[in-house]
Amino acid sequence: MSDYIMEVKDLKTHFHTKKGIVKAVDGVSFKVKKGEILAIVGESGCGKSVTSQSIMRLVGDKKSEEVTGEVLYHGEDLMKKSRLDMQKVRGKDLSMIFQDPMTSLNPAYTVGTQIAEMPMIHEKKGKKSAWNRAVEMLTKVGIPSPAKRAEQYPHQFSGGMRQRGVIAMSLACDPDLIIADEPTTALDVTIQAQVLDIIRDLRDETGTAIIMVTHDLGVVAELCDRVAVMYAGKIVEQGTIEDIFDRPKHPYTQGLLNSVPRPGSRERLKPIEGQPPNLHDLPNGCRFAERCPFVMDQCIEKEPDLLEAESKGHTVACWLEEEGNNDGDRGNTEGRGTEKVF
Amino acid sequence: MIQYVIRRLLISIPVLLGISVVAFFMVRLVPGDTVTAMLGNSYTPDQAEALRSKYGLDEPLIQQYFLWLGNVLQGDFGYSQFTNTPVLDAILARLPITIELAVLSVLIAIIIAIPLGTIAALRRNSKFDYGASMFGLLGISVPNFWLGTLMILFLSLYAGWFPSGGFVGLSESIIGNLRSMLLPAIALGTAVGAVAMRMTRSSMLEVTNQEYIKMARAKGVSNERLIWRHALKNALIPVVTVIGIQAGYLLGGSVVIEQIFGLPGVGQLALQAITNRDYALLQGTILFIASAFVIVNLIVDVIYGFLNPQIRY
Repeated sequence: MSDYIMEVKDLKTHFHTKKGIVKAVDGVSFKVKKGEILAIVGESGCGKSVTSQSIMRLVGDKKSEEVTGEVLYHGEDLMKKSRLDMQKVRGKDLSMIFQDPMTSLNPAYTVGTQIAEMPMIHEKKGKKSAWNRAVEMLTKVGIPSPAKRAEQYPHQFSGGMRQRGVIAMSLACDPDLIIADEPTTALDVTIQAQVLDIIRDLRDETGTAIIMVTHDLGVVAELCDRVAVMYAGKIVEQGTIEDIFDRPKHPYTQGLLNSVPRPGSRERLKPIEGQPPNLHDLPNGCRFAERCPFVMDQCIEKEPDLLEAESKGHTVACWLEEEGNNDGDRGNTEGRGTEKVF
Repeated sequence: MIQYVIRRLLISIPVLLGISVVAFFMVRLVPGDTVTAMLGNSYTPDQAEALRSKYGLDEPLIQQYFLWLGNVLQGDFGYSQFTNTPVLDAILARLPITIELAVLSVLIAIIIAIPLGTIAALRRNSKFDYGASMFGLLGISVPNFWLGTLMILFLSLYAGWFPSGGFVGLSESIIGNLRSMLLPAIALGTAVGAVAMRMTRSSMLEVTNQEYIKMARAKGVSNERLIWRHALKNALIPVVTVIGIQAGYLLGGSVVIEQIFGLPGVGQLALQAITNRDYALLQGTILFIASAFVIVNLIVDVIYGFLNPQIRY
């Protein structure tokens, strides 16, 4: 047993559609330590949400969905669990926070009922003690007059409060790992900060590990310990927050950092040119080759593996690193985000 | 809530007044009147006139209307000109039968619609789904009187499982009562069930794609609980509306079905009143059926508020 609570190995989620196979997640591996916040970053459609739902086995039940690979939770492969056993893990050991709090609460039941449902299912608690837990959870996430609020329906909550309600729900059974799928994307900026504070405090308090799926690099810088950058269904770079923000190796990571506006800067933003590849029809070589400013012949021919860069635990899938011709010849090239931006 | 019900009842007063106008004047647009219906083929104009003035049918129509309305408001629905019995008594005696028929039909509709629609949605594009869709289409297209006739033919006459007609009171024998009511209720409820089933299916499909269903799965909720608890309550909202509207048609349908199965209900009474041009009786039954419609709609709205917490009265 290691100190990792979750190890994802070569996770692949393919969707069989009329147009062909969509390789939404194509060989993703990462590890999460206890109490750690890992960010999975990438643009829309890069497979980050599908990755998180595949871990929870929320995809893969239909014939058209094919999930392979290993998801080791405390050394036990979740992919091999029966449907019923998986139900017991979901919500209790692993829980999930979805993107849009407006739609992720059931409009027909009170918020308290929905939170109390968790201890009732997983811990066989009675109605009363489950309800008390619900109120306690709402208190924990900072909802004022929680006892009264628990009796209210989702439509009586504001967006930020609903997301707190969802967080309270995900915490109700004291999980080891929470997967938060863009938990702040649908919220106002001021509310975003509050929600991030709550998440950080909870981690500090309970030691719950968190996988934070997001496209917002601000959130990553604010909250996370390690980062995995995803592009077109693969992880292209992985490392600590300093690795990624201060010493980004992959041209895509650099491009991402350059497309974030910096306060006070008069420079124009440099967007990454072009579009991500079609997931129906992926290139043989590096998936970023078409948009990469440093593209070489071998990038088009063969896909690079994820290999360790300078510092330990910092991995990059790029031929530039493999060649050993890191910084030197690109040092002055535009598009390098080498200063800390947040 | 109670306030809301009272308000709704107050609003329904003008509706019922409008219906009384329509009922009163439409009846009189039909060729022939009570007197010609009573006298049959051979009568002299003098005889007819004498009878008309006896019943006050020679007065101006407007005067007749207000006279009738005034009496109705005092609870006096007049006398049947044909049988000479009070209209209210005739209606009240037959009302329980029609109510029982309607309630049973709606129950049968719900029993068909909700499980069938739900399972069809969950097994979308399966054989079960196609079967359910076919049933839905048939149930809507087959006229209830034809279905009723077929059931009498096969289940009553050939198989002998059910009586082919007639009514057994609930107080006489519960089983006998159910046996006499079951076929008419099925004949009447099938169409309602078919429409509601299609609605349940599409509504369920929509709800199961919602984010909160995914959230519930992520919470570790079992599939059964997911469907019957998390999804169904939301999916039922439009279904209740549809059943409510259909229940209105059901009251109309009962006229034909009561006739076919020989059930002495309000529908049959209305039909008799039409053939006999029995004005007071016909006006009375129409007013009762209209009130029933208003009340059914009110019940639907109350249930609606129970299912959908965003609606509070």
